[in-house]
Amino acid sequence: MKLWESFQLALSNIWASKMRSFLTMLGIVIGVCAVIVIVGLGNGMQTYMEDSFAEMGTNTLTVNIIGRGSSRSVSEEQMYEIVAENGDYLEYISPTVSMSGSVKIGSSYASATSVSGVSEDYFAMKDYGVAQGRGLQYVDIADRKKVCVIGQYLNQAYFGGNAVGEKLKIGENQFTIVGVLSQKTDTMEEGSTDDCVFVPYSTAARFSFTGTINSYTLTVVDETQAETCVSIIEDALYDVFEDEDAYMVSSMSEMLDTMNSMINMVVYILSAIAAISLVVGGIGIMNIMLVSVTERTKEIGIRKALGAKERYIMTQFVIEAAVTSALGGVMGIGLGYVLSSVATTVITVMLEAAITVTPTVGAVALAFGISAGIGILFGYLPAKKAALLNPIDALRYD
Amino acid sequence: MSALIEFQDVCKTYYMGDSVVRAADHISMQIQQGEFVAIVGQSGSGKSTCMNIIGCLDVPTSGTYLLGGQDVGAMDRDQLAEVRNRMLGFIFQQYNLLPKLSILENVEVPLMYAGVSKKERRERAKLALELVGLADKLEHKPNELSGGQQQRASIARALVGEPAVILADEPTGALDSHTGREVIRMLQKLHAAGNTVVLITHDNSIAVQAERIIRLEDGRVVYDGDAHAPEAVVTAGLFGKEGLA
Repeated sequence: MKLWESFQLALSNIWASKMRSFLTMLGIVIGVCAVIVIVGLGNGMQTYMEDSFAEMGTNTLTVNIIGRGSSRSVSEEQMYEIVAENGDYLEYISPTVSMSGSVKIGSSYASATSVSGVSEDYFAMKDYGVAQGRGLQYVDIADRKKVCVIGQYLNQAYFGGNAVGEKLKIGENQFTIVGVLSQKTDTMEEGSTDDCVFVPYSTAARFSFTGTINSYTLTVVDETQAETCVSIIEDALYDVFEDEDAYMVSSMSEMLDTMNSMINMVVYILSAIAAISLVVGGIGIMNIMLVSVTERTKEIGIRKALGAKERYIMTQFVIEAAVTSALGGVMGIGLGYVLSSVATTVITVMLEAAITVTPTVGAVALAFGISAGIGILFGYLPAKKAALLNPIDALRYD
Repeated sequence: MSALIEFQDVCKTYYMGDSVVRAADHISMQIQQGEFVAIVGQSGSGKSTCMNIIGCLDVPTSGTYLLGGQDVGAMDRDQLAEVRNRMLGFIFQQYNLLPKLSILENVEVPLMYAGVSKKERRERAKLALELVGLADKLEHKPNELSGGQQQRASIARALVGEPAVILADEPTGALDSHTGREVIRMLQKLHAAGNTVVLITHDNSIAVQAERIIRLEDGRVVYDGDAHAPEAVVTAGLFGKEGLA
């Protein structure tokens, strides 16, 4: 008796009691589907995060100076020196100063707009192109000029696309617009990367509360060397402050790694919870198979009388359980794909975030493998019971 | 030539609580190739035990059972299954066809376990069903057939593997007397064609259709001989045990 025939036998038995088979599979269907959707969701979130970080630049490092009392500080010249000394690793540096005070254009306020003080290198670092006018220049910074470069969103929304030469107010101070950046995002919404104002950092520092520069953005020559770069800067800053708590250096790629491992952790935990339903489904299959063995005692007796060896009976029941479970797995995979696309639509509409729920081949293969494996595992006990039935008793059973 | 079926001092003992039931009590007998034997007895006479042992569904507690010269008592369960498959064809009182399979598929089952290819199985099963006159019912399910037809299907199933022994356990028990006679005639035909047929029954009128009767009582053989001898159908109780000795 060939294995293929056992499969055919199993399929015809499953088909003979469709409703029961389907209900038996349901636990597996739900479990597999849940695993696929959860892993797909995690995958989508990861892609989303990576895209967002890529927009910010994974080659950037951020340095925050917390300072140590008032006695020691680091000047921007010192920071520029650190970069110059490590030209093999570090490319550009720009102080970044967040400015308080809302942006006022004409009589309307642009409250979601981010205002930063940066150096002339910043646009090159962040890959911003200048669409109209010019970018910031060294003289703007040296002379603390009240000029600014604005994002495309502000240009379109408030100036009808002709912002260069116009004026806007940040807090109480009036700035002249000297340039417009090219569009960065697809949608160009309020609060997006395109909704921004950049001013010379020296000007920004003068108008900020502290008057000092506490934050720097740097770019590295080689992304994969980000870790080394972080320690170079940390060493240099330790020489200045002699206190590890006085500064903080973080790299975007490091943050991305941290975010990714957090997402992975959440996905693993959720998958484990979903996997519990696979086990519950497996127990359901075992239960039904035990019932089925009892119901089919007579059949088993007849088959044994006609010469079925124990391993044939065993194979028949194990395969039946495995096929039931695997069919459930296939249905779960189908349902998982359907729910993934539904979830993608829902997330896109509800959260306005472009998270695509992408089931991975690995997750699908794993879910299918586990479901078939569960069938074999939980089919074994009932199959053993069937195989060991005494043919005389089984024949007499009604 | 040695006997096809040989019981040497076969005993089968069951323990029911404290009491010991000797279902087979030192039975010795031989059945030759090509015989038509009826094993007769009232319920509790040990004929079912006898049939289970002949059918390799059970092994003796003591004594030796040789089937075609092989000692069945020494076999493990898988070897017994193989012997049942190759050497024996069962016909049951309740037909015992598998309800979900068609008649043709039912007849194929013994061949499937014998490892015969699908194509050959189909051919041989069809031939066997033609032989019992069911060539037009191949695709029917058992419950779509009458009792007599189902029993003929099960005869086809018993035949299909060309077994050494056809073992019929009360084959007419669930049938009316007319179809019962038909089934017996079929067994007689099989015998005439050279098959060894062992018939187990409690019914004397069925038993006398065989050539030879082995009568059991309380697990012992009380008569073994010509089915047409007058003492074959008389119960030993009336005849007197001394009379037989």
